[in-house]
Amino acid sequence: MIVSRKKPVEELLAMLDGAKKIALVGCKSCAAACAVGGEKECNEMKALLEEKGYEVVGIALPDESCQKMLVKKEVKAFRDAEPDAYVSLACGNGCQTVAQNVSAPVYPANNTVFMGQTERVGIFNEMCRMCGDCVLGETGAICPVTKCAKSLVNGPCGGQKNGKCEVNPDNDCAWILIYNKLNELGQLDKICSVKPDKGYAEHSWPRSVNTKEAK
Amino acid sequence: MSLLQQALESGKFGVTAEMAPPKGYDFTEQIEVAQLLKGKIHGVNVTDMQSACLKASSIGLCIKLKQAGLEPIIQMTGRDRSRMAIMGDFLSAAAFGIDTMLALTGDHTTVGDCKDSKPVFDLDSVGILKMLSEMERTGLDCGGNELSTVPTFYKGASVTPVYDPIFLQINKLRKKVEAGAMYVQTQGLFSIDALRRFMEEVDKAGIKVHVMAGIIPLKTAGMAKYMNESVPGIDVPEHMIQRLADAAAEGKEKGVKGLPAKAGIEMAAELVAQIKDEKLCDGVHIMAIGAEKNVPVILEKAGVDINA
Repeated sequence: MIVSRKKPVEELLAMLDGAKKIALVGCKSCAAACAVGGEKECNEMKALLEEKGYEVVGIALPDESCQKMLVKKEVKAFRDAEPDAYVSLACGNGCQTVAQNVSAPVYPANNTVFMGQTERVGIFNEMCRMCGDCVLGETGAICPVTKCAKSLVNGPCGGQKNGKCEVNPDNDCAWILIYNKLNELGQLDKICSVKPDKGYAEHSWPRSVNTKEAK
Repeated sequence: MSLLQQALESGKFGVTAEMAPPKGYDFTEQIEVAQLLKGKIHGVNVTDMQSACLKASSIGLCIKLKQAGLEPIIQMTGRDRSRMAIMGDFLSAAAFGIDTMLALTGDHTTVGDCKDSKPVFDLDSVGILKMLSEMERTGLDCGGNELSTVPTFYKGASVTPVYDPIFLQINKLRKKVEAGAMYVQTQGLFSIDALRRFMEEVDKAGIKVHVMAGIIPLKTAGMAKYMNESVPGIDVPEHMIQRLADAAAEGKEKGVKGLPAKAGIEMAAELVAQIKDEKLCDGVHIMAIGAEKNVPVILEKAGVDINA
């Protein structure tokens, strides 16, 4: 799940300054689940913009706003209306995918915050920062790169108090969680040696993956 | 060879004191205080933006101290620098004759006073130590390229001795030692029992490293209570807090100022004396938090003379 939050509406309105005809593109996938870009939110955005005096020429709701071919098909519906701006109610992937398919400017209604687990409807937790070099096999399937505020891979800092992180006391210390889990599993030996540092040489972005290329 | 290394490796009782650079660029006060410490300690351990609060950098005060004839210990955290910046700073430090270091992961930027700063943490304390050890062993930089000259450092780290579960701190201590730490200084300790328990754990784990007990001279009962509540790993016993409170009451009654701080100095001196007399660990690291001028007083009261 790509978790997004709504931008302050004033920020969006400032971006739209000078535009008159607006098309909206939401997303039935992650943005809908996050209640920032589904049908309901798109209709709310339409009403809000109309109240502010904009003409909303239509709403497109692709199953996934990050699917380039799908979005290309969906935005064709706006060709005749000639909108002078688009508002994307998806994540950053969705917003850019719309922009690659239209000639008018595209503005984001949301901030994309993290890739997360759905704990239950509307509640999301950041579990993986996509570091590209998974260590979960050694840490009881609890990610220190994500769950530790300093991404420490060699054990905790001295900063936990009662099992909570000094950076945000709402969060558990990742290393206390890892310790407890490995203890349960009888795998404490897994955190006894220095974790080899793999560096950041492979981490330059943007990256692309082609599953059809044999590797 | 590093003065601290000479002391610890020859079995002497090691003594270091902590000092913070100013929030500004006038180092006069620090140098003046440092002069009082000259010949009385084995190193001045200069903090690297402690508590993630912006100060002049450690390397700057270290250079000034070296020029003033003292033995600086450069602290290096991974919070604000990539591995390249860290290694570059160590090469520069070496050029000024700085030969002793202390590796720390560093407090997170969000607990400090420049919260918008990017938390780097390219390397943690273990990573910094390992990088330096590899550099010394191979003569190569952090990218595997040849260095024209290769410095060596007497390497240290920190440890939190009052911690639950202690396994995690002992485990990390072992990693720091494996990565090249030859001495460790502890977070502030206030009871001999806590130090004994910690040293037993270190022995039980078979970790061979020089341990310097962290000593924080308390100033007031309020400070002690605040530290108990807010600073992870700090556990000031109730009888110490009471002694500070009693000193404050006595001062109020007699109209004398500074009695709690005096009591704090006495308690610190008592701890240092007992640690040395009973050979509980290899030395002490005194963190006077702005009152470094008291360090010689503590040492004198404790009967510690590094030249003896």
